[in-house]
This record gives sequence, C-alpha cells and structure tokens, in this order.
Amino acid sequence: MSADGARTVLDQGLAEAREAIAAASSTDELKVLDRRFGGKKSPVSRVNETIKTLSPEERPLVGKAVSEYKAALAEIVEARRVELEAAEREAAGAADAVDLTEGGHGRRRGHLHLVTQVQRELEDVFIGLGFQVADGPEVETDWYNFEALNMPPAHPARSMWDTLYVKLGRPEQVMLRTHTSPVQIRVMESRTPPIYTVMPGRCYRKETLDARHSPVFHQIEGLVVDKGITFGDLAGTIEAFTRAYFGPDKHSRLRPSFFPFTEPSAEFEVTCTFCDGAGCGVCSRTGWIELGGCGMVDPNVFRAVGIDPEVYSGFAFGFGLDRMAMDRFDIDHIKTFFEDDVRVLSQF
Amino acid sequence: MLVPLSWLREFAPVEAETAAIVDACNQLGLVVDGVDEPGRDIEGVVAAKVLDVRDHPKSTKGLTLVDVDSGASTTTVVCGAHNVAEGDVVPFAAAGSRLPGGPLGRKKIAGIESDGMLCSARELGLGDDHSGILHLDEATELGVDVREVLGLDDVILDLDVTPNRPDAMSIVGVARDLAAYFHVALRIPVPPASDPGGDLRGITVAVEAPDRCPRYVARVASVTMGPSPRWMQRRLTLAGMRPISNVVDVTNYVMLESGQPLHAFDLDRLAGRGIVVRLAGEDERMTTLDGLERRLTREELLICDAHRAPQAIAGIMGGGASEVSDGTTAILLESAYFEPTGIGRSSKRLGLRTESSARFERGIDPNGALVAADRAMQLLAEVASGDAAPGASDHYPTSIEPARITVRTARVNELLGTDLGDDDIADALVPLGIELEGTGGVRVAVVPTYRPDLEREIDLVEEVARRIGYNSIDRRVPSSGEHFGALTPRQRERRLVVDVVAGLGYDEAYTMPLVAPADLARAGLPPEGIELENPLRAEESLLRTSLLPGLLGAAEFNASQGQPDLALFEVGHVFLPPTAETEPLPDERDRLGVLLAGTHRRRPHGEDRSVDGFDLVDVWRELADALHLTDVRLEPGSALATLHPARSAIAFVDGAEVGSLGDVSPEVLARFGLNGPVVAMELELDRLLAGSRRPGTLQPVSRFPVSTIDLAFVVDEPVPAGDVAATLRGAAGALLESLRLFDVFRSDALGSGRKSLTFALRFRAPDRTLTDTEVAEVRARAIDAVVRAHGAELRG
Repeated sequence: MSADGARTVLDQGLAEAREAIAAASSTDELKVLDRRFGGKKSPVSRVNETIKTLSPEERPLVGKAVSEYKAALAEIVEARRVELEAAEREAAGAADAVDLTEGGHGRRRGHLHLVTQVQRELEDVFIGLGFQVADGPEVETDWYNFEALNMPPAHPARSMWDTLYVKLGRPEQVMLRTHTSPVQIRVMESRTPPIYTVMPGRCYRKETLDARHSPVFHQIEGLVVDKGITFGDLAGTIEAFTRAYFGPDKHSRLRPSFFPFTEPSAEFEVTCTFCDGAGCGVCSRTGWIELGGCGMVDPNVFRAVGIDPEVYSGFAFGFGLDRMAMDRFDIDHIKTFFEDDVRVLSQF
Repeated sequence: MLVPLSWLREFAPVEAETAAIVDACNQLGLVVDGVDEPGRDIEGVVAAKVLDVRDHPKSTKGLTLVDVDSGASTTTVVCGAHNVAEGDVVPFAAAGSRLPGGPLGRKKIAGIESDGMLCSARELGLGDDHSGILHLDEATELGVDVREVLGLDDVILDLDVTPNRPDAMSIVGVARDLAAYFHVALRIPVPPASDPGGDLRGITVAVEAPDRCPRYVARVASVTMGPSPRWMQRRLTLAGMRPISNVVDVTNYVMLESGQPLHAFDLDRLAGRGIVVRLAGEDERMTTLDGLERRLTREELLICDAHRAPQAIAGIMGGGASEVSDGTTAILLESAYFEPTGIGRSSKRLGLRTESSARFERGIDPNGALVAADRAMQLLAEVASGDAAPGASDHYPTSIEPARITVRTARVNELLGTDLGDDDIADALVPLGIELEGTGGVRVAVVPTYRPDLEREIDLVEEVARRIGYNSIDRRVPSSGEHFGALTPRQRERRLVVDVVAGLGYDEAYTMPLVAPADLARAGLPPEGIELENPLRAEESLLRTSLLPGLLGAAEFNASQGQPDLALFEVGHVFLPPTAETEPLPDERDRLGVLLAGTHRRRPHGEDRSVDGFDLVDVWRELADALHLTDVRLEPGSALATLHPARSAIAFVDGAEVGSLGDVSPEVLARFGLNGPVVAMELELDRLLAGSRRPGTLQPVSRFPVSTIDLAFVVDEPVPAGDVAATLRGAAGALLESLRLFDVFRSDALGSGRKSLTFALRFRAPDRTLTDTEVAEVRARAIDAVVRAHGAELRG
C-alpha cells in the first residue's frame, strides 16, 4: 500500500464512519461502530499494519494521517454520544412518568360546623376588644333564667319566651335556658368587676320548627360591668364590633326597645351587608338589618347579684348565631344546621 | 297595634310624610312592622248611582243588567248580586280600572258585554263580606274616587308595641309620643263630664275584691241598636277590628282610642240591675262569648249581676247572658281598672287572650276610667241615640297616685355618657306629660299613671335617652385599663380537641340535644333520661344521654341521601341525672362523639378498605398526643351498649375510664338501617382534659446513632397487644426511643388461640453511642419481662 493508498483507505473509512455513526440509534450501537471504525480490523488498523512496509519518507505522512483519522473519529463518536444519551434519558424519563391529574390519595380535612365557625370568629373579635369568654349549663333554674334577670315569678315579661321545662326540682323551677343571659348572672356571682365577657351558647324555646325558628338555637351575649360605664360605651362597643366583624365600612344604630334585664333597652341594627346600606329586598329597603338586643344592665339585676348599682354600671347585648350564619351563607332554613348533611358540612 | 294615620293625626297634627312618621316611630321604640296602604291596588273605582235594574235576557242564573250613572257617563254592567236597587249608590269599577284582584277588562257575561262591575267589600279588599254589593252613602257625590269615600287613601302602621308600653296600645298614646317628637301640641278629645252624684237609674255596684279591682266605673244609658256609621266602621276595620253593632263598636272605638277596655251589658238582662265584682268559686263554670264553657278557679275575677250570676270574666271576656243584642234598649257600661298580674295569670290559665286582656295585663291608666266612660257616652249619643243617665258609679276606694321619682341630672349624664343640662331633661320629659317639681340638678318627676312602666329613676333615664335619640349619644369604646381579652386554658384546649378531630378528616355535626326515648333505644341505650315537662313533640321529650344516637341519626340521614361514607364528630352537652353537687340541675357534661362509616376510597392509587376501629385509635392517639397526655391506655371491651363489646376498647387516662370506641353493634346498625361498617367513639371531654401532661417544654433529641431490634412474641389470643407493648416499654426503660407493633400474625403452625406479635424497638442514649452489650442487656430484660408477664414465647 502506498501513502496515497493509505490516505484513500482512511478517507473512505472516515466517510463510512460518519454515515454509519449519524445513523446510529443507540449508545450501544455507537459503541459497536466505534470499535468497527477505530478498533482491530478497522481501516485504521489495516493502515497501521502496512506502515512498516512504507519508505521512511512516507511513514511520517501516513502516521499523521492515522492520527488525524483517530481524532476525527473520536470527535464524531463523542458528538453522537451526547445526542444519543440525551435522547435515551428522555425516553427513560417518559417511561417513569406519573400522571398527577389522576387525583390524590383521598385524605381530606374535616370541616367545622358553620355555627362553630361564626362563634369562633365572634369570640375572636370580642377577645380583640378585651373580652373574655364564659359558658354555663344549658339546663337552668328559674333564678338564673328569670328571677335574677328582673323577672320575678308571674312577671308578664316571662311570656316573651316560650319555655321548655324539665322534670326536675319543683314544677316549673328547672328549665332549658331560653337565652344565654343566665350566664351573665353566673359570671357576676362568681367574679368581681371589671367584667368584660362574652357568652356564646345553645338555647331552647318551645317553638315549632319553621324556616327561621328552631326549638334549639344559638346565641352570643356580652356583658360589661365596670365603674363609669355609659350608654355611649354600649353604643361604641356595638359599633366597634360591627366594624371589626362586618367590615370597617359597616355601621350600627340603636333604637329603643324593652327587655326586663336592661334599662335603657335597645335593639341594634347594622348596615345591610347585601346592599351596603343602599336599601334592598333583604333589609326591606331600609339599608339596615336588625341584629340583636342590648341595653344598660338594670339596677335590679345588679341588686340580685349583690353589685351596688350606684357604684357600678354596665351593659349587655346579645344576638342569634344561627340567624347571622343564615344571612351570611344564604341559608334559607334553620334546620340545615341540625341535618348534618355531609354535602353541606363539607362546603365551608 | 294597627294605627291608621288619619286617626293618629286627629290627636297629633303631624304634617310629616309617612316615611318620616315611620322613622320617628322606629326611633321612639314603637317599631313599625309593616305599612299598609289598602287603596294602593285600587284605581279608577268611583261612586255611581243605580238607574235601572232588569233581568239579564240570556241568563238562567239570576244575573241582572244594571245601568249606572257615574257622574260623567251612563254604563250598563252585568251584576250577579241581588242587593242592588234603583237609587242605590255603589262602587263602580269601569273596564280599565284596577282592583286588588288585578286589572279589570271588558268582558262578555252570558252573551252580553259588561263595561265594568259593581264591587263587593271583598273585591275592594275591605274584608270578607262577599254577600252583596257594597252600598255607599246615598249622598255621596257621583264620580268620586271610592278610596276617598271609604277612607282607603289612609295609611295603616302596624306597630310592634313592647310589653312595657301599655299606653302605646292606644291611638292617643302613640300620638303623645309623636306629638312630642314632632313638637306639635297633643289634642285629646274631652267629653262632657258625668255628674259624680247624679242619677244612675237605680243601678247598684258592689266590689268584693277591691285588690283585684281597684276601680270600677259604671254608667247607664238607653240606646237604639243598629249598625254604627260608616266612618266608625271604617276606622275599626282599618285598626283590625270587626264592626258589630253601634254599641259594641263604641266600646271598641274608645278602647282603641284611649286604651281603656270597656264592656257593655244589656241592663235589662242584668238580674237585679246591678253589678257584683267577686272572685270565682273553685271549679265554678261559665260560658264565655265564644261559646266555650270555662272551668274557673278561685283566682279568676268575675263580673256578676246583682244576683251573683257570672256575666263576664273580668277584663278578659264577657258571657252570653247579658250580651248586648238587637233587642237591647239600655246598657250598663263598665270602665274598670283590674290589677294587671291577676288578669295576666287568668288569661294564661284559661288560654284566652283578648284585646281587652292584653291591655289590662300590661296595666292601663287607672285614672282614665271615668273619662273613657264619658267618652263612650258622648259617642253613643252620636251613633246610637244614646241617652245617658247623668251620674257615674265610681268605685275607687284607694286612689292610685302618680309616681314621684327623684331624677338627678348628674345621674342621667353618668349613665348615658351625655352632658345634658337641667333644662334639657325638662325638655325631654315634660312633653310626655311628666311634671318636674323643684329646680336644679335634683328634682322630683311626677309621672302620669298612664305610664306605669316609669317607676324608677333609671326608667326616666331611658325616657330622656329615647327623647334625645339613642343615636345622638356620643359613642366610645370603654377602657378600664385593667381588663384583657383571652380564652381560658380549657377553652383553648376545647378548641384544640375540635381542631385535631377536624384535622383528621372528620366533619363537625350538631345533632339535636332533644331526643325521643326511641332514639336512645335504637342506639342500644336505656330509653331513659331527663324528661321535659312540656315537650312540643314526643320526638323532643328527653334530654340526650349520649351523642351517639344523634350521630347515628345523622349517618342514617346521610345514607338516605346516597352518602354512606362519612366521618362526623360532635362536641356537645349530654344530660345525666343530678348529682349532689348539681342538684336540682342535671349532671351536664361536655362529650366528644366521633362516628365513621363506609369505605376509605383509595383507588386508583391503592386498595379501597372499609373503615374500622383502628381508625378511631388514630383519633384517640392524636388527641392524647395533642394534649400531651402521659398516661393513656386502651383495654378491650366497651362501656357503651351501642358498641360491639368484642370489637371495642375502653379508653383510660391516668387509669380512669374516659370513654369507649369500636364497632357499632350489628343490632344497632340494623335498627338505623345502616349497612355498615360503622365505628364510633364517645369520650368525656373534661376527664380527657384533666389528664396529667408532660411538660410543655422541648424534649431534647439525641444526635447519637440509633440501635434497632425486632422482637416477635407468640402469646395467647386474649393477651392484648397493648399490654405487651406496655410491658416492653416498662422493661426497656429510658433508652427506648420508640416502640412499634409492625406485624400481627396467626397460623396453624402457631397453634389455634395463639398469635404472633412483632415489635420494632429503637434505642438511643442522649449522651453516647450505645454499645452492643448495652443493647443486648436491654433486649434480654425486655424479653424476660414479656415472657414472664404474658406467658409469651420469643419467636426465632
């Protein structure tokens, strides 16, 4: 083989290698091709075998051609290897893929009852206003439910509440509390002023179930007893609560009413949250929604618990949690709260 | 209380628009529940004169054709009523007019076109009378809008009068508040006064129960019975009362006007021409005007004739015997003041509430009785040719004087947070009829007896606030500088319990605390509990003794809605019999109830599986962990009859039982129609919260390597795994970092009644790497303890 012949073999071999390597479909195939064009029996090894038969002048020329061949082949193989490895990684990745749109394992959080949610939010608002939280029994004596609240026996105001009595003690002396107000008495009996307390809880009345009434319902009540407490403090507290709970642009107003345990007594209304006070069907076009009752603690209530009404004054307020939750979540029947339909519970 | 504005304006000449009056009423605490404008739906109905009435030529149903002159034109209409004759003036609705029932079109009736219709009272929305066409006064000008003629252009306010305001149960009382509000003078009708010593036509009055009847006024008059005039009927109708006869209407009219209930007796049917006011005898019977025989007690006050035969239950309802009727020619009119509480009790006992009793029980004005009687006589003269005897019998042995109340300007300001002067207080109170005696900051208010609610200084404080306007008082948020807002530790932990259970996937339920005995029985519990004295329904006759019946009911309901898979919990009170400390109240306890039903659906990623008691063990453990309880334990069995005893456990905290958990028994499931599986747990919240806790401070963690060993024991089937674990824990001591039962296995090779329990134990010291020797020692100790305590064999 002449030097020219060797060069021809190498050029031809490299051209073949280029073509074959470009067509290689895997790194394994590439390894085979690398051996074929760079190993024993490859064009370069055949040239190497004949190199000693060449003249001393030709040897270095052929030697150089061999080196160039090897370098070019290595470059081609490496370039193709990078390409093929990337493609193979990609293919392997596709085989390991998971489809997260199939969904989860089905673990789920539970949901708090709507009334609990509203109650907690209210408790938290009042805690922020400096109130503590108290509770009491749902079955009460006449003293706590009526008498200490300025409703002596046979007081006509007792008929404001349809009472469910319990067969304990003397007849009509033990009852399901008709309001959370008995807790006021318990708090005043057990603590000394200053008292800033809210009292959420379950109440009962002898009422037939309809869309807005239930024999079992929930209230929250607030009580403040301190020196120098005024009607202005009551109105200011109602206003602060209204803005904290319903939003800073919502307001409250009071109008005279009657409760045996407060004097002066008032109903309080808040800006209608549906129309922002513009007037709509929900608020009978008044812009206001009636929320609850309030007033200055009647001196007779203070006397019943041994607090001197000339030294201390105070106010109380209360409203229904169920109604509030119904209005807020657009629930049209109060029985929704006791049905425990999981499709309802899990919405909130 | 229904208040026609025209009537109100007679006493308080307020010019303001309806909306302003409504607003004023609300601000005064006379809350307006509704505003009715009865003529709102009537348009184009006019007074027309009947010119001719003839039979409808094509009708066999007695229809007539009527020609009417409506002033501007003459029209023929088809009419079905038979009370129309030539010359009558009637309401005529031409085609195109509007009635409460809707717009009126031209209509063919039995083949003849009718250009409108003549209206009955009902068609005009004036009540139920549909017996014939309404007749208007024959002097009515033709073509005039009937709204004007019938007073349908009036506006009626429906006031919700609070029980402390008997005065506002009258038009005059409402007018007094509004006159003061709008700064106009109150004009109250002053009738000709009776002559105290004057002739009484021989009647006698004896009051035997003066404490129940502090005042009894009687006047007599001869009358000519008949209907009352239209203006009076209209006002009564608008105020919600049915016109009956001129005499009865006058009594009702005066009651609505002044608040004083009156009763007219037929004098000739009143035996002995006299009145005896006495208490009923025990079990005495009397039939009231509504035809019911009433059984009385010694508490009922009766108005009797001179022969002591009952004629009325005082202040509540009359009897038939001396009721005025068409044949009445003379009446005895009663205007009394009955003691309010007595009327209230009788009314409640008899289940009988009337316009009269509602006023008496709230407390009317004792000093208004005579004037009201005089006013009635004045009206009777006008509408019933009444000829009153000049005298009045007035039994009023102890005059009820106006209350005298000290009112301190400083105190008013102290309670309201205002800065009012002495004059401001006078300006507030005087227009209500309250007189102030004295000068300066401490005065005596003399309160008219029509305001029995004003008894104390605080009541006057409210009046001042009402008069200046609740919303004009400056608002502030109180600050004592001493109080702070916070939940108590118990309240925080109660929330924590709720949050832990909800966080584990359970939805919070509220079930009814009022249950039926059958609800308890269905849940396998004794059908007993604290009973209600007066339940509304048998389904709500007991207080619940457990939360589980309610939760099972919720599962039943959800299953019926196609929702068999559910996880529910409730924290609420149960009611157990009184204890020495709670007497006479029930032993009321907070409990946590949990219920889990159906299947955990894990497909497509895992196998679905039915819920089981171990799910509840997770809840129990998480609760114990969240509360940092140190001594908790489960023991096979159940303290709750709702559960399957062989598939349940009793939970203990500090060795004291706190509740049970496990499978709901098959019998209970069957009774609730549940297909199972359902598991439930009930725990005493307070006992749970009372458990001893580990310190709430950080427990340091070791950085040294862990040594792990597995131990498998074969024990007899009845040996609880929990006990073996407890033994291991005790024996392994302080080096034990964690212990986990990771395999339970039964096989023939182990022998029947035997099981293998495999535990993984991890040991670690806080301060060093454990040596093999140390671990081997602990291992040996643990094995030895389990073998000895439980008769266990170590496996392989």
